Amino acid sequence: MAVATYFCTTKINTIIAIMTWNQFFTSSIGKKFTMALTGIFLVLFLIIHAGINSSIFLNDNGETFTTLGHFMSHNWIVRFLEIGLFAGLIMHIIQGLVLWKQNRSARPIPYYNKQDRGSTWYSRSMGILGTLLLIFLVIHISHFFVGTKIALYSGDQPHSLYNEMKEVFSHWWIVAIYLGGIIALFWHLLHGFQSAWQTLGLNNKKYITIIKVIGIGYTVIICTLFALMPLAMYFKWIE
Amino acid sequence: MEHYYMNLTLKVWRQKNSKSKGSFETYHVKNISSEMSFLEMLDVLNETLIQEGKDPIVFDHDCREGICGSCSMFINGQAHGPWKQNTVCQLHMRAYKDGDTIVVEPWRSKAFPVIKDLMVDRAAFDRIIQSGGYVSVNTGNSQDANSLPINKKNADESFDAASCIGCGACVATCKNGSAMLFVGAKISQLALLPQGEPERKSRALKMVAQMDKEGFGNCTNTYACEAECPKGISVAYIARMNREFIGSGLTTEE
Amino acid sequence: MSLDAKIPPGEMKDKWDYYKGHVNLVNPANKRKLEVIVIGTGLAGASAAAALGELGYKVKAFCFQDSPRRAHSIAAQGGINAAKNYQNDGDSVFRLFYDTVKGGDYRAREGNVYRLAQVSGAIIDQCVAQGVPFAREYGGLLSNRSFGGTQVQRTFYAAGQTGQQLLLGAYSALERQVSLGNVLMYSRHEMLDIVVIDGKTRGIIARNLVSGELERHFGHAVLLCSGGYGNVFYLSTNAMGSNVTAAWKAHKKGAYFANPCFTQIHPTCIPVSGDHQSKLTLMSESLRNDGRIWVPKDQSDARSPNDIPEEERDYFLERRYPAFGNLVPRDVASRAAKERCDAGFGVGTTKMAVYLDFEDAIKRYGRIEAGKTGDHTEDDSIIGLGKSVVKEKYGNLFEMYEKITGENPYELPMRIYPAVHYTMGGLWVDYELQTTVPGLYSLGEANFSDHGANRLGASALMQGLADGYFVIPYTLGNFLSEEIRVQAIPLEHPAFEDAENKVSARLHRLMDIKGTQTVESFHKRLGKIMWDKCGMARNEAGLQSAIEEIRLLKAEFWSDLKIPGDIKEMNPELDKAGRVADFIELGELMCIDALHRKESCGGHFREESQTEDGEAKRDDGSYAYVAAWNLQEEGNWELHKEQLKFEIVKPTQRSYK
Ligand SMILES: Cc1cc2nc3c(=O)[nH]c(=O)nc-3n(C[C@H](O)[C@H](O)[C@H](O)COP(=O)(O)OP(=O)(O)OC[C@H]3O[C@@H](n4cnc5c(N)ncnc54)[C@H](O)[C@@H]3O)c2cc1C
Ligand code: HEM
Ligand code: HEM
Ligand code: SF4
Ligand code: F3S
Ligand code: FES
Repeated sequence: MAVATYFCTTKINTIIAIMTWNQFFTSSIGKKFTMALTGIFLVLFLIIHAGINSSIFLNDNGETFTTLGHFMSHNWIVRFLEIGLFAGLIMHIIQGLVLWKQNRSARPIPYYNKQDRGSTWYSRSMGILGTLLLIFLVIHISHFFVGTKIALYSGDQPHSLYNEMKEVFSHWWIVAIYLGGIIALFWHLLHGFQSAWQTLGLNNKKYITIIKVIGIGYTVIICTLFALMPLAMYFKWIE
Repeated sequence: MEHYYMNLTLKVWRQKNSKSKGSFETYHVKNISSEMSFLEMLDVLNETLIQEGKDPIVFDHDCREGICGSCSMFINGQAHGPWKQNTVCQLHMRAYKDGDTIVVEPWRSKAFPVIKDLMVDRAAFDRIIQSGGYVSVNTGNSQDANSLPINKKNADESFDAASCIGCGACVATCKNGSAMLFVGAKISQLALLPQGEPERKSRALKMVAQMDKEGFGNCTNTYACEAECPKGISVAYIARMNREFIGSGLTTEE
Repeated sequence: MSLDAKIPPGEMKDKWDYYKGHVNLVNPANKRKLEVIVIGTGLAGASAAAALGELGYKVKAFCFQDSPRRAHSIAAQGGINAAKNYQNDGDSVFRLFYDTVKGGDYRAREGNVYRLAQVSGAIIDQCVAQGVPFAREYGGLLSNRSFGGTQVQRTFYAAGQTGQQLLLGAYSALERQVSLGNVLMYSRHEMLDIVVIDGKTRGIIARNLVSGELERHFGHAVLLCSGGYGNVFYLSTNAMGSNVTAAWKAHKKGAYFANPCFTQIHPTCIPVSGDHQSKLTLMSESLRNDGRIWVPKDQSDARSPNDIPEEERDYFLERRYPAFGNLVPRDVASRAAKERCDAGFGVGTTKMAVYLDFEDAIKRYGRIEAGKTGDHTEDDSIIGLGKSVVKEKYGNLFEMYEKITGENPYELPMRIYPAVHYTMGGLWVDYELQTTVPGLYSLGEANFSDHGANRLGASALMQGLADGYFVIPYTLGNFLSEEIRVQAIPLEHPAFEDAENKVSARLHRLMDIKGTQTVESFHKRLGKIMWDKCGMARNEAGLQSAIEEIRLLKAEFWSDLKIPGDIKEMNPELDKAGRVADFIELGELMCIDALHRKESCGGHFREESQTEDGEAKRDDGSYAYVAAWNLQEEGNWELHKEQLKFEIVKPTQRSYK
């Protein structure tokens, strides 16, 4: 005579319906929520970043760019936002990697040969694309950001970012790394942009097409602009 | 429809019980009619296995008409096999041709442990429903059915969400082993109806909390689940669940 | 023993109120001490377990599937009846009652049927409150359709998935009680015997299908809600696991089995395609609202159906029954199709099918649609429009047909043939749904129920939920009010010991046969005997030989069966063997019952009892009773009759001409 415990669900439901902030942000959807918010924040940042950097295409020997850059690095609101940006970026990265790991453990034994109907390869590769982006960012920030800040706080000559950029993008292998990073960014955003709205719950028949179109447009424009920058400097399309 | 016969090679996952380690076994079946269903083909194989004194392949199945949600097999890398919006029990052998090799595996997910061979334990789904997938109305408490008119569009949408058969193909397919399509469908069904309104917030919070406890992965919006769901449940219901959850999570007071 | 149905006194319409007003109640504090076991979680079982849990009883529910939501009620397509009269078309409790008694060919108990009609409305209210998404009109109110040839629109539906939606409603109510701790749910468990102590049912022996262990469970009362036994025919529209085992074990412990031979053969199912066939699929009855049934006039006509001109088609239902045409009741339609096929006019490779043709409906709807835009042309565009209307109405059924047969029913007529669908017979129960064993109740398709000799479409769902939500919560209290002093009986009690030993012995006996033939092969052979000789048409010689054949089959089964594996593990072959062993015994009783009932009524057609033009002929003088069989010893039954008194609906011969 065995007592039935195997399939018998004796547990009385004890979850109460009140959510602390902690419960909210550690829940599955709470984590997604963080991803989406920080993702959208990064999307907005890239608009400004690409916008300002595009001023190099004015081909005025970096004057506009330097002015804008000077404003950006000396305005306290921007300084404050920068901290937010880094906080957001770090949250996005950590949360993204945590999710990636957790999700992998939800299927301990893999399938023999899995087919993937209905999903795109890049939507399934957000973690890898993100990691590539991370590598790119480390390199990128060590190129520009670090130097600028040292110059800013050590009170030296205003550091000419424009010249530095020219110098950096004169090496073909750096240009290649940048192009690689931008390709990763392209795919990450192509999925990420509309994904963020799905996560926030904004997916219905009326809005989904608009969101998808804006997402593709955004991704293509931003990535093209970024890609042109190192190329233009390497090939000396701009002085 | 032209009728033909075929010989096939099957690679089937065999696992004695939840504790043992499984592995693939190869079988050959002959003279399979194109009019058979996939499960009938397995029946034929099982009959021969029994005759040979071997253990037949164990799998869940009951209605064999695509509605009970029992059947659950990953066939050549796809949940419920190659046909769209279809369950294994409705898959017919005319999907294959002579000489094909077919790999058959159970749903693979931490939250769905294998019981034997192709049979898995999906009790996690029941526990999620227990956590809040209902309207708390006792028998006899109700008012006249027509005293509550419901906008037809919402009623239809609610029905679409309710047509989920609880098979678990979404979990099996999702690269993250996420159950969000299943849970999203139930939360949406009730959120779309006025009857679900009083418990709307707490339902979303409780069901998601239980889902998290069960060890399912997290959705990253890859949408493979919708493509393999036998009932074509839309990922828009995942978005609706997110909306319900975020709204409830941010507005319930501690 | 004379069978007392315990119908309450008073006028028909007041009986149920009278009963409720006089029944004994159990006070809430005592309910917590009373334990109830529910076998089955279909509409009947899930609704009963939920409703009893809500009342405060301690409930244990069992099902053999992996989840209560998978019970076979999930497969019902068409709809559920209720006397709401929302359509203002003259429906009423009385009319639903009348239609059901008449549709059942005057072999149902008036008192029960009246109560069923009375509570039908509350079922819809309850389901809507649970969030069951029934079909609605644009105004937001519930939609109805007509079903099974009734003259009023009283059928509520949720596309072609009504059973699924109703069951999910009951399942959610059940899971709510599980979460509240009022119900303990045992999935993947099969009940293998009841335990009777001092004349009352006090528990069950169940087998955990995963571990193979036997378990004892105590209950002050046991409810059997284990569904129908159509699978005795091997091929039926029932799920693969549907079985008679729970009811049969109760029968062996003294519960009478009533009208076992009353089987419903549904006219519109996808025909058998070969020997490999494991089950049959229903195409909803609603298709007959628009489809026309025909066979070629010439037996040897081998043309594709679309090439057979109108004059060379025999629309045999329209020909034989001009008044009802394609909408005659199920039993009549099924027999007519069989008659044509037996006469050699069948179609398809097996010649055992007739056409169900939508060409006319497509044209008709197409013209209506075109007319809406003022277009009155007669060309291919109307076909397109018509197809989209038909798709909206029956799309999911057409898709299912195409998946199974590989043929497109929008282009070619469907091929259909009758198949076993529902069993009106079952455990005999009184007005309180109690069997002849005190403390043992039976609900849903498992009891012999309210449908007489033929069930009307959309009435089984209604009955299952009526029994579970609105009848048993009252009637069970009447029994349990006497039991409040009975403490839970320890599972070491000799009666439990004994029952478990017997179950275990039988499992070992099955495993120890170690013969050469598989369970499946025996089941197929049983099915063939039943279908050929106790199916759509029955006669004395056939039934007698069937009984002989079944006895031989039984002996062979018990001496040459082969089951692989062990007892103490998951072993579906062993589960199936136990079920088939019970089906074999049931098959014998069905033939005995069919043999003794020398009249034709409803689904039971005795070839000896027909009118000149081949219609069924009832014999109210001799057979207006429920035949309840008591098992004396193996293979030997004693007949008890419950005379049926028709106070209100006076029996007449049904005519659909
Ligand atoms: C294809 C199809 C379509 C139908 N369409 C309609 C329709 O449109 N309208 C209508 O009114 N009716 C319809 N019917 C009939 C109706 O669906 C059934 O009669 C009804 O659902 C039976 O419900 P139930 O609760 O009695 O049994 P079921 O739903 O069959 O449930 C039986 C339960 O008992 C359990 N069980 C059985 N044996 C054991 C055991 N030994 N131990 C433990 N558990 C056990 C099972 O696990 C299951 O949970 C249809 C039937 C079929 C087959
Ligand atoms: C290829 C074209 C790019 C150029 C020329 C470029 C240039 C620069 C420069 C000059 C800075 C320093 C600004 C300052 O310190 O004020 C900077 C900072 C930064 N860049 Fe880029 N960048 C490019 C692409 C990208 C991409 C693709 C990303 C993100 C995916 C990115 C993310 C950042 C971040 C996070 C910072 C630091 C934050 C800040 O100081 O505002 N950049 N970039
Ligand atoms: C630097 C390292 C980065 C890592 C490791 C990373 C990782 C991830 C991962 C794993 C996801 C998937 C989560 C999900 O889809 O739910 C994701 C989503 C996303 N990422 Fe990144 N990412 C990085 C950088 C960026 C950058 C620079 C941007 C924007 C410019 C960005 C924008 C987004 C957006 C919009 C999403 C979608 C959010 C959602 O689905 O809700 N990410 N990221
Ligand atoms: S959502 Fe689809 S795939 Fe998932 S359980 Fe429901 S029916 Fe199955
Ligand atoms: S496949 Fe998985 S990632 Fe989300 S959209 Fe579906 S649950
Ligand atoms: S067996 Fe029921 S859905 Fe496949």
